[in-house]
Amino acid sequence: MGNHISLLLVIVPLIAAPLVAVLPRGRLPWATSFVVSIVCAVFAGMQLWSVLQGGVISYELGGWAPPWGIEYRIDAVNAFVALIVAVIAALTLPYALLSVEQEIPEEKIPTFYSALLLCLTGLLGITQTGDIFNVFVFLEISSLSSYALISLGRSRQAFTSSYQYLIMGTIGATFYLIGVGLLYSQTGTLNMQDMANILPTVLHLNTVITGFTFIMVGIALKLALFPLHLWLPNAYTYAPTVVTVFLAATATKVAVYVMLRILFTIFPQTFTIATPADELFIVAGMAGVIIASVYAIYQKNIKRLLAYSSVAQIGYMALGIGFASTTGLMAALIHLFNHALMKGALFMAIGAIIYRIDSCRLDQIHGLGRAMPWTFGAIIIGGLSLVGVPGTAGFISKWYLVTAALEQSAWIPVAVILIGSLLAVVYVGKLIEALYFKPVTDNGKVVTEAPLMLLVPTWGLALANLYFGLDTDLTVGVAEQAAAILGGMKP
Amino acid sequence: MKPNLILHVIAKFLIPLIILFALYVQFHGDFGPGGGFQAGVIFSAAIILYSLVFGLESGEKIIPHHWLRILASLGVVIYAGVGIESLFLGGNYLDYTILGSNQIAGQHLGILLVELGVGITVAAAMLILFFAFAGRGRE
Repeated sequence: MGNHISLLLVIVPLIAAPLVAVLPRGRLPWATSFVVSIVCAVFAGMQLWSVLQGGVISYELGGWAPPWGIEYRIDAVNAFVALIVAVIAALTLPYALLSVEQEIPEEKIPTFYSALLLCLTGLLGITQTGDIFNVFVFLEISSLSSYALISLGRSRQAFTSSYQYLIMGTIGATFYLIGVGLLYSQTGTLNMQDMANILPTVLHLNTVITGFTFIMVGIALKLALFPLHLWLPNAYTYAPTVVTVFLAATATKVAVYVMLRILFTIFPQTFTIATPADELFIVAGMAGVIIASVYAIYQKNIKRLLAYSSVAQIGYMALGIGFASTTGLMAALIHLFNHALMKGALFMAIGAIIYRIDSCRLDQIHGLGRAMPWTFGAIIIGGLSLVGVPGTAGFISKWYLVTAALEQSAWIPVAVILIGSLLAVVYVGKLIEALYFKPVTDNGKVVTEAPLMLLVPTWGLALANLYFGLDTDLTVGVAEQAAAILGGMKP
Repeated sequence: MKPNLILHVIAKFLIPLIILFALYVQFHGDFGPGGGFQAGVIFSAAIILYSLVFGLESGEKIIPHHWLRILASLGVVIYAGVGIESLFLGGNYLDYTILGSNQIAGQHLGILLVELGVGITVAAAMLILFFAFAGRGRE
């Protein structure tokens, strides 16, 4: 096995996807996907472990040596992101069984799981590859399958929101590709490592600067950086619950990873810091945190509320990137991990409510906290983590983020982070108020606790929020190594 | 639909040639211009022409929909399977060299199989797209 693990991580879901598509209806497609997701999670864990032990893994596809062939190149940064994606998939799939049976028409279930596996293939592929064009290929695999997945939502708005995402996502991917083309024209290579070696000699060229800009804007669209986030709230709101859980916890994170790679591995950091890119990230991040949080407060739909909160959380990661210091990058990576945990837990818990009452309107969930105590508990833990209360994972992210800001005496971002947390208290509070303190709306329906199949993964993530708030060896330890690899020269 | 003699005769004459050309592009793709993607599109064009001239129902009779789905999946599995086979033989993923007795034979066999997979999937996917759009008004 050895190095082949890095490859199998991408190939196993890739082969499983067409097989699942032709399986008979029933629970077999789900079971296969579940096994695949577990296998991927184990591989991702082994890969991270071996990277932490033995340094960089390099895999030559087709036996063609880099920089001519495609190389998979894994260090602590992408091994960490791959682990997040694979583990979230492994937790989402057990949750998917009941939720998908309720929300997706029976004849579409095999293709649904097939598309989900393709999405997983694409996301894992982006993290594994060391080839800048290969990133585009995998980006398209994951994006196209997520457009299909989002359009399977039950309301008719699912089509328009999927279409909106299709247009925005394609513009993003095209911009990325134009950027890659421009860089290729000046460096003659697509291998990230090779490009990083050649780029310093051509940095003064306008072509390279234009390419850099195109890539930045393209990826910023993909990661839904404010103000390019417009596709995200609709996509998350109208997608099937499982898709929302999976995409919210993984897709934007992988885009953040690509951004980190481009800014800090491929381009020399002196260049990145000399451009206005880092300042722009700080400004966009701050605007995102405040404006998206305010939007979240006024939402009447609980999924949309959390979607806007996601935009705000991406703002925190952008702040970390913008600080461009080791602590800043650590904060971005830690928040990447922790946000996957909290949004995963929250969307799963909300999904459990939707499973029971078939509605995601804020005025329909009054008093349900008492009828569904376990689901409510998970929402409270996820919500506290979102706010950043000490003892939860969210606190760790914000701690490092504030530390990074203080290192550079950036007082305005510190204030913004604190205001953002207070705004999070308001929108999480709104959710909890509706669930627990409002009198039950009497519509004759008796709501009971969600089934165990939904509760166990939800609580798995909720407990992870508590665990990683207390024991930070994995998150901070790996993020420290990863940030050291990326560099982060700005003091 | 109204039968049209000229269309019928010309189509019957052209379809075998189109399919033959598709197979040529497919299997000669490793020496000349062409390959799986182009061959798949040309092949599906033959069946699309048949469906346009003789009606959608007769077109769907040639390849039923569930077969198209299986074929579309099969192509991907062939492609990925070649990669897995080279893993089993001790090489890296998609390392064709190891498939044959010498490097040239191995590379030749590898690219031929992979392009076959591409051709099957592309042809099936094109037909799925065509039938999906052409059959929209029927339900």
